[in-house]
Amino acid sequence: MDALRVLAPGLLTSVQDVGRPGLRRLGVPAGGAADPPTLRLANLLAGNPQGAAALEVTHGGPTLEVLAESVRVALAGECAIGIQDAGGHRGEAAAWSSLTLRRGDRLRLGRVASGLRAYLAVAGGIAVAPVLGSAATDLRGGWGGLRGRALRAGDLLPLASDRPAGGGETRLDPPPWWTRDGAVRAVPGPQDGHFTAAALELLATAQWTVTPSSDRTGLRLDGPELEHRGAAEIVSDACLPGSIQVPGSRRPIVLLADGGTTGGYPKIATVASADLGALGRLRPGARLRFELVDVATAERLRRELEAWFAAVARGGTGTPS
Amino acid sequence: MSFVPSQPTPRFLAAADAAVVVEFGDAVDEALSARVLALEAALRRRPPPGVVETVPTLRSLLVLYDVLVTGHDALVAALRELVSGPPEAPGGGGAEWSIPVDYGGEAGPDLEEVAAAAGMSPAATVAAHTGALHRVAMLGHLPGLPYLTGLPAALGLGRHPEPRVRVAAGSVAVAGGLTCIYPVAAPGGWRIIGRTPARLFDPAAAPPAVLAPGDRVRFVAVDAAG
Repeated sequence: MDALRVLAPGLLTSVQDVGRPGLRRLGVPAGGAADPPTLRLANLLAGNPQGAAALEVTHGGPTLEVLAESVRVALAGECAIGIQDAGGHRGEAAAWSSLTLRRGDRLRLGRVASGLRAYLAVAGGIAVAPVLGSAATDLRGGWGGLRGRALRAGDLLPLASDRPAGGGETRLDPPPWWTRDGAVRAVPGPQDGHFTAAALELLATAQWTVTPSSDRTGLRLDGPELEHRGAAEIVSDACLPGSIQVPGSRRPIVLLADGGTTGGYPKIATVASADLGALGRLRPGARLRFELVDVATAERLRRELEAWFAAVARGGTGTPS
Repeated sequence: MSFVPSQPTPRFLAAADAAVVVEFGDAVDEALSARVLALEAALRRRPPPGVVETVPTLRSLLVLYDVLVTGHDALVAALRELVSGPPEAPGGGGAEWSIPVDYGGEAGPDLEEVAAAAGMSPAATVAAHTGALHRVAMLGHLPGLPYLTGLPAALGLGRHPEPRVRVAAGSVAVAGGLTCIYPVAAPGGWRIIGRTPARLFDPAAAPPAVLAPGDRVRFVAVDAAG
């Protein structure tokens, strides 16, 4: 059943979940949310499994009209939410919480005030047909999500179930991993040996700026030049979200969810998986620093993040509103 | 710094907390690719705990792991043991495919240039390409795009200095000692010698990619008009 009608799509809104793992050996990136923990939290707030399909909103939000009798939605991310009911009454809702909308209500997501992306989950999940095992939109491949593309005005979003939302609403404070604004942690390698010692030192000490040519494929960074010790190309090797490639321009490119599975540029370092969400929150013009850590530290950070999610999932999602 | 093409003992490198890279060398080389695929086959037969995905490339195997099940040190220890065991034949079936190619003309605009650089006639170049047994070393860059080793050394012309803005889907191209096939239209700098009508990737099919690492490929010359 169609639950929501898209009245205005926002700048770039797409259906995303936690992606399609297992296909990298066929050249298919996992894709999925550019900020995975925030998508997972939106789903928890909506009462969904953490990996369910939700809307990834970039820069500014869509305006949606409720077609079902009752729909519970939840928003994770710093984004203003305006509500207008069928009678024309206006109100506002809070991010990091769920709310239940009725038929004819209009939900307008404003500008993303902090970070770059926000996630709107719908109770029951968005019921687009999975492609290669996932509802994630692959914008380059043109598959998954809603016809393999970003939302457009007039689109109808199908809902997995038409059960009216029951129970109370949920609400959380912005999570500690979201509000943390320190350096992005990264582990040297796998090709740190292809760079001078000065380049590694610069990577960890310089202030980097995210350029406007960044997207879901990767962040292109402006800053000092990182010098290769030998050639700026290698025989192609596997890449991952978080891989920091340095091509002949000597300016780093950090791969994100849609980044290619292999590449011919040496990778000076790899961002800790716990900090991939922080990368997805960086907008063009944002500054960032890297902090080099060892593998054991990166593993501990990831385990701490998963422990945080397990605690939230166990204990419900905070205080009733 | 320089690398020998195929290191007797591979290096175990970290991609943060997500993956271990087993690097066998830094060259385009059939023997090296065979070692990568043999390790992947061994891993698939006896997967160490926590391994979630493997990605073979021309010279290395990326092994992704679940940090809640295992860790870098434990995984490297398990991989060391697999590498030091008796060599295994590449697994995954290693299917053999015949791929029809319309060589030269509009379908293969760079055939004459590749032939000239090799000091051969276009017909002899096609014969060399169809006579060779090619192996899928890896898929990457685009979904379903195969990198094939086995290109006769004479056809070793490098990439175009300036990549084409659009290479047609199905284009069969050579560069850097390899053959590739573009599964979809994309920009590309390889030398295009022909085109196949074979569809190499379909997200609705199972499996979505026709070719898999370890498969063998023979190209068969066909006349598109015939």
